[in-house]
Amino acid sequence: MEWEVVIGLEIHAQLATKSKIFSGSSTAFGADANTQASLVDLGLPGVLPVFNEEALAMAVKFGTAIDAEIGKVSVFDRKNYFYPDSPKGYQTTQLHHPIVGMGHIDIDLEDGTSRRINVTRAHLEEDAGKSLHEDFSGMSGIDLNRAGTPLIEIVSEPEIRNAKEAVAYFKKMHSIVTYLGICDGNLSQGSMRCDCNVSLRPKGQEEFGTRTEIKNVNSFRFVEQAINVEIERQRDILEDGGSITQETRLFDANKMETRSMRSKEVANDYRYFPCPDLLPVVIDDDYIEAIRKTLPELPDQKKQRLMDEQGLSEYDAGVLTASRELAAYFEDVAVKCSDYKLAANWVMGELSAALNKNEVEIADSPISADNLGSMIARIKDDTISGKGAKSVFQALWEQGKGDQKGDNVDALIESLGLKQVSDSGAIEGIVDDVLANNDGQVQNYINAEPEKRGKMIGFFVGQVMKASKGSANPGMVNKVLKEKLDAKC
Amino acid sequence: MSTDMHNLTLAQISKGLEAGDFTSVEITQHFLDRIDTLDQNDGGINSFITVTKDQALADAKAADERRAAGNATAWTGVPFAHKDIFCTDGTLTTCGSKMLSNFVPPYDATVVDNFKQQGAVCLGKTNMDEFAMGSSNESSFFGGVKNPWNKETIPGGSSGGSAAAVAARLVPAATGTDTGGSIRQPAALCGLTGLKPTYGRCSRFGMIAFASSLDQAGPMTQTAEDAAMMLNIMSSFDEKDSTSIDQAVPDYTDTLNNDIAGKVIGLPKEFFPDSLDSEMAATVKAAISEFEKLGCTVKEISLPSTDLAIPAYYVVAPAECSANLSRMDGVRFGHRCDDPKDIEDLYKRSRGEGFGDEVKRRIMIGTYALSTGFYDAYYVKAQQIRRLIKNDFVKAFEGVDIIMGPVTPTPAFKAGEHSGDPVEMYMEDKFTLSCNLAGLPGMSIPAGQINGLPVGLQMIGNYWDEANMLNMAHQFQQVTDHHKQTPANI
Amino acid sequence: MALDRSDVKSIADLARLAISDENIDKYSTELSSILDLVEQMNAVNTDGVQPLAHPTDAVQRLRADVVTESNNREKYMANAPAQEEGLFLVPKVVE
Repeated sequence: MEWEVVIGLEIHAQLATKSKIFSGSSTAFGADANTQASLVDLGLPGVLPVFNEEALAMAVKFGTAIDAEIGKVSVFDRKNYFYPDSPKGYQTTQLHHPIVGMGHIDIDLEDGTSRRINVTRAHLEEDAGKSLHEDFSGMSGIDLNRAGTPLIEIVSEPEIRNAKEAVAYFKKMHSIVTYLGICDGNLSQGSMRCDCNVSLRPKGQEEFGTRTEIKNVNSFRFVEQAINVEIERQRDILEDGGSITQETRLFDANKMETRSMRSKEVANDYRYFPCPDLLPVVIDDDYIEAIRKTLPELPDQKKQRLMDEQGLSEYDAGVLTASRELAAYFEDVAVKCSDYKLAANWVMGELSAALNKNEVEIADSPISADNLGSMIARIKDDTISGKGAKSVFQALWEQGKGDQKGDNVDALIESLGLKQVSDSGAIEGIVDDVLANNDGQVQNYINAEPEKRGKMIGFFVGQVMKASKGSANPGMVNKVLKEKLDAKC
Repeated sequence: MSTDMHNLTLAQISKGLEAGDFTSVEITQHFLDRIDTLDQNDGGINSFITVTKDQALADAKAADERRAAGNATAWTGVPFAHKDIFCTDGTLTTCGSKMLSNFVPPYDATVVDNFKQQGAVCLGKTNMDEFAMGSSNESSFFGGVKNPWNKETIPGGSSGGSAAAVAARLVPAATGTDTGGSIRQPAALCGLTGLKPTYGRCSRFGMIAFASSLDQAGPMTQTAEDAAMMLNIMSSFDEKDSTSIDQAVPDYTDTLNNDIAGKVIGLPKEFFPDSLDSEMAATVKAAISEFEKLGCTVKEISLPSTDLAIPAYYVVAPAECSANLSRMDGVRFGHRCDDPKDIEDLYKRSRGEGFGDEVKRRIMIGTYALSTGFYDAYYVKAQQIRRLIKNDFVKAFEGVDIIMGPVTPTPAFKAGEHSGDPVEMYMEDKFTLSCNLAGLPGMSIPAGQINGLPVGLQMIGNYWDEANMLNMAHQFQQVTDHHKQTPANI
Repeated sequence: MALDRSDVKSIADLARLAISDENIDKYSTELSSILDLVEQMNAVNTDGVQPLAHPTDAVQRLRADVVTESNNREKYMANAPAQEEGLFLVPKVVE
């Protein structure tokens, strides 16, 4: 049978506020256990929540960025469940009246096309703490530093049709929230996590099949792998005539399988109801419009501008704008050297290769955008050759890895002796010497048929470059040689 | 210094301290001695769970020094007590429960802090129904409280310890909290003045939540004047409580002597049903006629949804408490069972052992009412009825200045009398619940006695109308002496 | 609505309350009678009535995004029944 895959994603993004959603504790990552857990975060008897205005602003910003309806009256609800990392025995979230309603994003597919995916809603909620399962006398340890960190949970419509689209969706969301500056996007620290709802149905059938939810997938690669193995698992079951159990599953990247999280399945009935400790959050059009005005250029807009105004190809523009850091770096380089295409070539070519090879993020690039831009400017004004530039690039990279403050680009070119000789008098002198010392070759050139001379000129170029220790501007050398040789014919 | 200074009101103590008639240390010691002999002994009243003797004397000494330095306020050095529902930094706070029988909060409730700022002297933490769930104080893990008027009867609840302590003159005044009548009902049964303010008047921060949208702190005192003095410092706008309302706090003692002639009193016919005990009806109506003598007029009104208050309340309050008490899980504080075999066992046994019967019943009712398939029929329905109840009052206040009626159906009943049937106990609060559901201020003032036991007159004011209520109560107390009666042998 | 033994058991499970077997009948009688009381609500038609969750019409106040809390771990964890290395300890949690 032919199956159609139906995928919906729920992405949790931690909001980049300084303090927690309902308390004045720091949200900084990596502090000692429970040192950033206040009375409110610990859920001690008698404490009460007060809502962080920045968490609201960030959620509304997200909503305006995905062209969504904004909830002018949003309500916090309690989701009741017992778990040691949930200190109050309920999570404060938004069920019936979320801050962000229906919106949409366009995802970029590998074949260069894009596809619109609708976003059902995004709501504000608090993050849970962490259970640490190392052995503490046979027990688990609970750290509540993360408890109360603001999250938006972004829920997609079940419109995603394969793992690659799911990754493209996750990446686009990552790009949007980081462009907006509302989430640091750090997947390895759990700043963004993804729950994948996966089901299969016979092609052509309208109603959905039974779905499973793969919890807490925290990398782009794992999203693709987890979904693919889950699709396979479900297909095998269905084709054997079995049925899918609706349940929560966990992806194990080592074993490349998903497995049931039975612990979460204990007869849960979340008993949502409006949180009586918090009042309805009411905002007006002025508030929403004021936030809309602060929206930065978003990835799709930036991509279009690079294509329309700077003539970049759709592919290049797409790659360069996919992440906020890369786009910012690229634009700094391009502005510095005043050549977007050349900047694109270097950033996507030499720089990306070096970053990949050394497993370095663009944010930690040893070569600053300023230096790379200056270097490209020197290619453009013929100070260095393309070949020389590669040496400069290498030197800048090495220099940037160390702690010492390196030379600026011009000083580096100077000290490496890579400055091209573009002075026509000097080049003519070298050319004259080379021609004088290679009389036989000159005679051959003269005697050759004119259409073969083009190839023969390479010999003289090589000799001139050698004589100049590689510093002569190859373009000029070619031009001067041709003039002088042709004059002899 | 006299040997009966425990009969002084708050206002008199405040003046006596100012005049130098006695020091804070002297009066504090006097009350502490009374607590020792009348409360903490075998067969005593048992109105205190914790007596903070050393701290109280140290605070009294500091208050005397503050007075000597010329920085005293009306409250400096004045003794009082807190219901054991308010978190006190470094002092055991049990909420009447085994669950919190070892809980020492690392912070002060805002209301507690308000008293501290004034240099008031807290003598200890008063007994209460477990997690404020009860109308007789019998659900306390620390044992029932005796009504000083008749030790075989209950003092009411949940603020039964505060009520009994003030009635027995073990403290001149105490704080209480009221979720469905927990200030007014014990005040009525112990012959006190008790006020539940408008929802949002007093901060709930640090007050251990029972039902968040209903809970409100308030004073339990001998007189309306003292209640005004208490409310002056219990009230505050608190940034730490999202439901605290930023409404100016007037000096409630300023308007006590205003003329009340011309005020219109509404008597809801639903508060005087045929089934109401005839002596209760007569006592309450006699009290109301005193207001008529003071120039008030009386008008019959209707609050048609009154009978729905009990069923709606017993959905809303349990639903909220079922979630509020989930944090009592034996992980970060409170009772933990021995040798839990896994996390579920830890939760179930810690909570099973830590909570008493009434708390368990309410948690289960709330859990059920919120569960899938029942939410609309119970929770949503109750919230709709809550709207109807509020609408009744809003409409009524278009034509009257205040609403009056009984506080309780009967005077104090005997201990154990209702403990077999929870629903019978719930009927105790039939006249007080609607106030909480609507968020309105409600008050109980002594109205007379039936068979030697005090009963109360309930006054329900419009939103933020506490000053008017205190004014009317004070004027009533200028022409009556019900509030001056004290139990025999105290 | 009458709750039978299995209803009571599942509600107690959901609320994480251990109740002894011999008490289940008592609870089922008591809870059923409370529900009978509660169901008096059904006497009134509430179609179209807006539910009231808060007694006042106030709306949520907002707090400035400022870190106001510092590390108070020792004091805040002083009530913990079991702790080690700054962590609250619970029986092993398996996912």
